[in-house]
Amino acid sequence: MNTRRLGGLILKESMQILRDPSALGIAFVLPLFLLLLFGYGVSLNAEHVPVGVVVEHPNPQTEPFVATLRRSRYFDVRPLRSLGEARTAMARREIGSFVWLRGDFARQTLGDGPASIGVVVNGVDANTARLVQGYLTQSWQIWLAQLQQQQQAGTAAFPVAMQPRIWFNPALRSRDYLVPGLIAVIMTLIGALLTALVVAREWERGTMEALMASPVTMAEILVGKLLPYFVLGMGGMALSVVLAQTVFAVPLRGSLLVLIGVSALYLLVALGMGLLISSVARNQFVAGQIAVVVTFLPAFILSGFIFDLRSMPLVIQIITHILPARYFVSSLQTVFLAGNVWPVILPDAAVLAAMAAFFFGVTLWRSHKRLD
Amino acid sequence: MARLLALIRKEFLALLRDKASRMVLVGPPLIQLLVFSYAATFDLNNIPFVVINEDPGAAGREMVARFAGSPSFRQVATLPSTEGVAALIDRRAALLAVHVDRDFSRNLARGRPASLQIVIDGRNSNTAAIALSYVSDIVLRFNAEWAAGHGGASAPAVLDVRAWYNPNLLSRWFVVPGIVGLLTFVVTILVSGLSVVRERESGTFDQLLVTPYRPWEILLGKAAPGFLIGAVEAAVIAAVAVFWFGVPMVGSLVALAIGLALFLVSAIGIGLMISAIAATQQQGLLGAFLFLVPAIILSGFATPIANMPRAVQYVTYANPMRYFMVILRGTFLEGDGVGDLLGQYWPLALLGVASMTAATLLVRRRMV
Repeated sequence: MNTRRLGGLILKESMQILRDPSALGIAFVLPLFLLLLFGYGVSLNAEHVPVGVVVEHPNPQTEPFVATLRRSRYFDVRPLRSLGEARTAMARREIGSFVWLRGDFARQTLGDGPASIGVVVNGVDANTARLVQGYLTQSWQIWLAQLQQQQQAGTAAFPVAMQPRIWFNPALRSRDYLVPGLIAVIMTLIGALLTALVVAREWERGTMEALMASPVTMAEILVGKLLPYFVLGMGGMALSVVLAQTVFAVPLRGSLLVLIGVSALYLLVALGMGLLISSVARNQFVAGQIAVVVTFLPAFILSGFIFDLRSMPLVIQIITHILPARYFVSSLQTVFLAGNVWPVILPDAAVLAAMAAFFFGVTLWRSHKRLD
Repeated sequence: MARLLALIRKEFLALLRDKASRMVLVGPPLIQLLVFSYAATFDLNNIPFVVINEDPGAAGREMVARFAGSPSFRQVATLPSTEGVAALIDRRAALLAVHVDRDFSRNLARGRPASLQIVIDGRNSNTAAIALSYVSDIVLRFNAEWAAGHGGASAPAVLDVRAWYNPNLLSRWFVVPGIVGLLTFVVTILVSGLSVVRERESGTFDQLLVTPYRPWEILLGKAAPGFLIGAVEAAVIAAVAVFWFGVPMVGSLVALAIGLALFLVSAIGIGLMISAIAATQQQGLLGAFLFLVPAIILSGFATPIANMPRAVQYVTYANPMRYFMVILRGTFLEGDGVGDLLGQYWPLALLGVASMTAATLLVRRRMV
């Protein structure tokens, strides 16, 4: 390899990135935007959920229950007069759930009970519905415990008390797991999508042939292409880590060095995939589509970034094993939230290294200086 | 009119001439439809857990049996003490640990509160929250039955929970209708986003401009393929959702069709705007991508808009996909008719008029 020639190629590639606003957009604007969006915008934690409350006969028995709901930070209580009103409010999507205390609530709770508290949730968004149901159950338990304290009843209404301890993320902030996973998405964008498009453009425009006609070797062309994007990708990672730590207060419990090492491995895999895609497609529109389908979307959907892999059907789980993003996201979430857990990190890193070697091998083998 | 038809015919030929482009319009949406519909779920059905049962009594065994018997849980190990738990959870072999302590049965028998410790991996906070709600369900049922069987005071009031529109709370019923919108959006934006710029790059746009066609006619010709392809794709995916994935379709098809038409117009308008601004196909592609990713995230497709900060919620009002998501889920699951969705139609129509006007202005500006 001739360093002067290589330097020239790298310079050319870097200038191409800096000149094109759309490439800069993908490399800098979109990652920043995604980070802000996932850090501030997107959340799976429902708070201040509007919940309708229909009390048919307000009295001293119903009041404490409604007060418990009011005190909960999860709910925004909307008093409603009748069941019909609740139905209308549900249909208009003003409330996502309502609680219905029937007219005989007082008699039942004081008498031979138990009174039935009607709860209706809009099940369309099943995930939110289940969370809201959980919050309502919590409020109900708090209400029962208070009632018991007042009455000083002998036997406990809850023979078994559950004592949950949540490791790694006690407050269950969805941001703490979304932001680390986002690094995988950002590096995929830069490493695979951008590289695939850029190299495909060279093929499409015929400038690849011009490069080949020059004395540079194929290895120099590849390294010249990859190095600037490698730097961009690592820059994207650095940006994510800094924002995660400073702005979003996501803990980093593992070591920074491990994080950088795993990220570099993944970036190599992503670059390798980008190169391979562009050398297969040689057309920007098609290369872009393939890159989105086999790299970007899997990093989003099939990596454990948002959706838990363990809940997927077996066939999909098997597919996820051949996708690099899965290994990276698993290591990212572990290094950020749990620490240097070697039984997770080492196997992940080994698979990523093998994948990187595979993609570069195939790309080199395919891209002899040849014009077909 | 004949003139316009000829132009539209030409646009279709330009788009479908190339085999690779044809494939790209059919293959990726199909793969995405299948993979997403199966993969994008928040339901848990296979929670691996460890048991540490130090209780010699029957109540502890009974408690553990309820976990093991639940279809949502899968026991992966039984440990004599809490010692090995950390290692199992750290390397994700188990999501949670159920720890029954030594006095569990004794406390229960004496009417003292018995405690059940649950340790859970919070790395994926949503999974942890859902798993905890499953655990809580099991414990509550145990409590109710224990109280009933041992003469304890039953709770004075119990919750009777019903879920409307999706009684079994299946994630798939939520995700698959959303995918109809997602894939239609992506295909429409891509097709219209590359339409003008492709001709500009190859220089044929100038030739088109010297014909007697007026700018709006040229744009209409450019919009037609996106509209037809988007409509066909949406119809096919909706059919797959109903007949393959078994998502019910209880609302009005007419209401859905009106929503789809309005949605397509606004999506095409945005695509044409991107195409008019872009100087090269690559810029068009990346521009489409730069728009699509945030638009999808801020649409309510996967995460509820209601959970977003107020300022971000205002931004979503400019996103056509936001309204279409409501229309899709309303017609599929909630049984909405045209009247119920007027509140979604008019913003879509407004966005359509605005984006189409902007696109026409941008193309005209490019001409002079």
